[in-house]
Amino acid sequence: MPETNYNHEMAFFVDMQRCIGCHACEMACAECETNGQESMIHVNYVNRAVSTQTTVQVCMHCEDPTCANVCPADAIHQDDFGVVHTANTSRCIGCSNCVLACPFGVPKKEEKAELMMKCNMCYDRTSVGKKPMCATVCPSQALFYGTVKEIEEMRPDSVPVNSFKFGNQEVKTKVNVMMPKGTHTLIVE
Amino acid sequence: MAKLPASVEKIIDKYGPHKAYPPQSGFEGSHEPDKLVKTHCCYCGMQCGIQLKVKDNKIAGFEPWMEFPFNEGRLCPKGVQRYMQNNHPDRLMDPIQRVEGAGFEPISWEQAMSKTISEIKRIQAKYGNDAFAMLSGVSLTNEKSYMIGKFARVALKTANLDYNGRLCMVSAGGGNKKAFGLDRASNSWADLKHAEVILVAGANISETFPTLTHYIWQARDKGAKLIVVDPRVIPLARTADLHLPVKPGGDSALFGAILKIMVDNDWIDHDFINNHTSGFEEAIEAVKDYDLDWAEKTTGIPKEQILEAATLWGKAKSSFLLHARGIEHHSKGVENVLSCINIVLASGRIGKPYCGYGTITGQGNGQGGREHGHKCDQLPGNRDITNPEHRKYISEVWGIDEKDMPGKGLTAYEQIEAIHRGEIKGMISICFNPLVSLPNNNFVREALEKLEFYICIDTFLSETARHADIVMAGSLHEEEDGTVTTAEGRVVRINEAVSPPGNTRRDGQILMEIADRLGVGDKFNYPTSEDIFNELRVASKGGTADYFGITYKKVVDNMGVFWPCPSEDHPGTPRLWEDRKFKTSDGKAHFNPVSYRPPAERTDKEYPILLTTGRVVSQYLSGTSTRRIGKLVDQYPEPLLEIHPKLAFQYGIEDRDMIKVITRRGEAEFPAQIVETIREDTVFIPYHWGGKQSANQLTIGTLDPVSKIPEFKVCACQLIVTGKKSTQELTDTAYQSYT
Repeated sequence: MPETNYNHEMAFFVDMQRCIGCHACEMACAECETNGQESMIHVNYVNRAVSTQTTVQVCMHCEDPTCANVCPADAIHQDDFGVVHTANTSRCIGCSNCVLACPFGVPKKEEKAELMMKCNMCYDRTSVGKKPMCATVCPSQALFYGTVKEIEEMRPDSVPVNSFKFGNQEVKTKVNVMMPKGTHTLIVE
Repeated sequence: MAKLPASVEKIIDKYGPHKAYPPQSGFEGSHEPDKLVKTHCCYCGMQCGIQLKVKDNKIAGFEPWMEFPFNEGRLCPKGVQRYMQNNHPDRLMDPIQRVEGAGFEPISWEQAMSKTISEIKRIQAKYGNDAFAMLSGVSLTNEKSYMIGKFARVALKTANLDYNGRLCMVSAGGGNKKAFGLDRASNSWADLKHAEVILVAGANISETFPTLTHYIWQARDKGAKLIVVDPRVIPLARTADLHLPVKPGGDSALFGAILKIMVDNDWIDHDFINNHTSGFEEAIEAVKDYDLDWAEKTTGIPKEQILEAATLWGKAKSSFLLHARGIEHHSKGVENVLSCINIVLASGRIGKPYCGYGTITGQGNGQGGREHGHKCDQLPGNRDITNPEHRKYISEVWGIDEKDMPGKGLTAYEQIEAIHRGEIKGMISICFNPLVSLPNNNFVREALEKLEFYICIDTFLSETARHADIVMAGSLHEEEDGTVTTAEGRVVRINEAVSPPGNTRRDGQILMEIADRLGVGDKFNYPTSEDIFNELRVASKGGTADYFGITYKKVVDNMGVFWPCPSEDHPGTPRLWEDRKFKTSDGKAHFNPVSYRPPAERTDKEYPILLTTGRVVSQYLSGTSTRRIGKLVDQYPEPLLEIHPKLAFQYGIEDRDMIKVITRRGEAEFPAQIVETIREDTVFIPYHWGGKQSANQLTIGTLDPVSKIPEFKVCACQLIVTGKKSTQELTDTAYQSYT
């Protein structure tokens, strides 16, 4: 691991209540040359017929990443800072195991390239002390990059949650979702 | 001869709009640019700071500018993609002239200039000076806006100069001048952060000013209550404490009713009213009968919600009221604004920390561009062209005889009417696409066709430019130095990142050469943009919009200076009225009586549905730039007709059905988007598109009597189910113009 300025205290927070569905995050993410004009973050309406509510899905960077665990080619690497990197292009065989296994539905297979692609939390930026591009531009700060202390001070009515339960599978993530106070775990039945 | 010279298909094939995308691995040099240039976004009134990456005199991308205090790197999708207007394949690279049957052909600057000068002289000799008019726009810098005000009066010697701010915030300007004697948002946005109640009326902030959202969310983190007044549940309203779904045209009734509730409950600041205002008695007399039953019936808002809003507002200790085009684009736009100001003044919550009020100016330089002589009735410093002292002062600055200063001219839409009447025969326009942005645009197109000579300065061949005899290839935002004034009154620096490519020229250079050829080159001798600004400073000195103490250095050193700033040692004024010295003749803030009156056009049996128009987050104004940026187009490729499921059910309309919308002025077809986020009696269409998909074929040209703003936000329509479903083919022809 090369020497970097990566700050271990920094974390990523997503607050769906603040999202205004503007897609600035997608536009900015796609600008990164390693993404080939594809966005690694996705904004979707929940149900536009009834509401303008949108969801933002970014890689949650699991502590024990299912995508890496199911990869038969050992192409997905988690670094010392907990960032789960996009598939190593020389190893990825385009099998889609990760796409099917991810509990959050994050990795996408780029059919043209026969490669899995996903967010690496702007490693090129975060490793030199910058914020990831999506959280930098997000005009509503539905995406925030900073410390837990900072967000707890700024947003006293909500709490960061990084514990999820999908059936019997418990998942801890590097990315936090902002939830109403008192929430500890998000349970998906 | 301002008719299209060839079929619209042929023109579009050559000049677009075509969608441009970045190369898959980014533009060459985006990873290692020659330089990063700190400047601002070219679009809305937020004027977010941004850094442009430059490689070999081309824009290669952007990098967030974290230090600029308003947005700290935050951007909306338009801001992220704004760099894509540079190096666009549709860019006009030479002056062009119309060729009957063929379209346009490139010509030399000498040909373009000599033809232009001879036509200006011919028309003015034959029909009089005012028969040659000018339309401009406030995406231009302060320097260009100022120079155009002088250019029209000193070089063209015409009274008929107006600008596209006439379609923007003139109602707010009119209201603010009546109430405060000065036209600027009263506070910087920083005062939003700790306001206890924020009331947003007719401002789709999360789509049109996305970066302002952060300030409102920060206030809510501290417990602020948010009230949103809008016929639609806009994204900002989705989580609001209170959403008041006002019927289009009902705004002044709502604010009148709130004023009455405040008075009835004594939720008013007697000391402030007694000591610092006038006209309170007349204002409450006008609303004395506006009880909740009347208000519910008139505004379409349940009375419990009106009472709750009045209670929240009335009892607040600090507050901020924001409004925008939603209440301003009305034939009573000024009255709507004054009805808002009345509840601010009654509360006494102005000129104090976290107590604010302001319009959110739409265009990039909507603030600065409306202060320094761009308007038909105005001279620099927000002076009045009919005021003898103001005329004398500016004539001295400009070095002309006061008798030669033209008088008050016609407003933008009135110019179109004057063309129809045969009073205006020639026109020069810059930075304005009236064929998309003016209401009732079939009438506008017919006017353009009647012009004997029309010259347009633009960077792309807009829908309007297609009708020009000559189009001069001007400069993009990033190709000319200057300043703009943001919606909060902060003067910021626009830096030239690249020089104009090929045979294009800076707008300023073009105007200076025309002025020179018209014989007044000595009055337009500006080696740099700073020279123009320094003249503007003097011209604005002593006016209400006083820039005299602002210098380029000070703007850069402080990342912006808020006017008024009367002397070089003055720090600028982020928050107005702390001294309680209002700029009215008696030094007091003025209440104005506002009696509700209905919109110009009401629904009836033939036209039973209300039509309102607005914007989407991925497009900016008439789309001259943003309809050419692939990713922005793809985000929302065509205008949709938003309709409530109950209304859709009445007509048997399903999602994506093509619906013909007909008004007394025109008709157009749009795919239906059935959503519960709109009133049941109202349909909505965004207006950014031209040709067959232009919502402004339908809108009404009735003007506010004071501000002369057209009533874009309400008219009556009928809906016809065509039996067709929306298809991709229909989308592809979205940009076609009528031939």
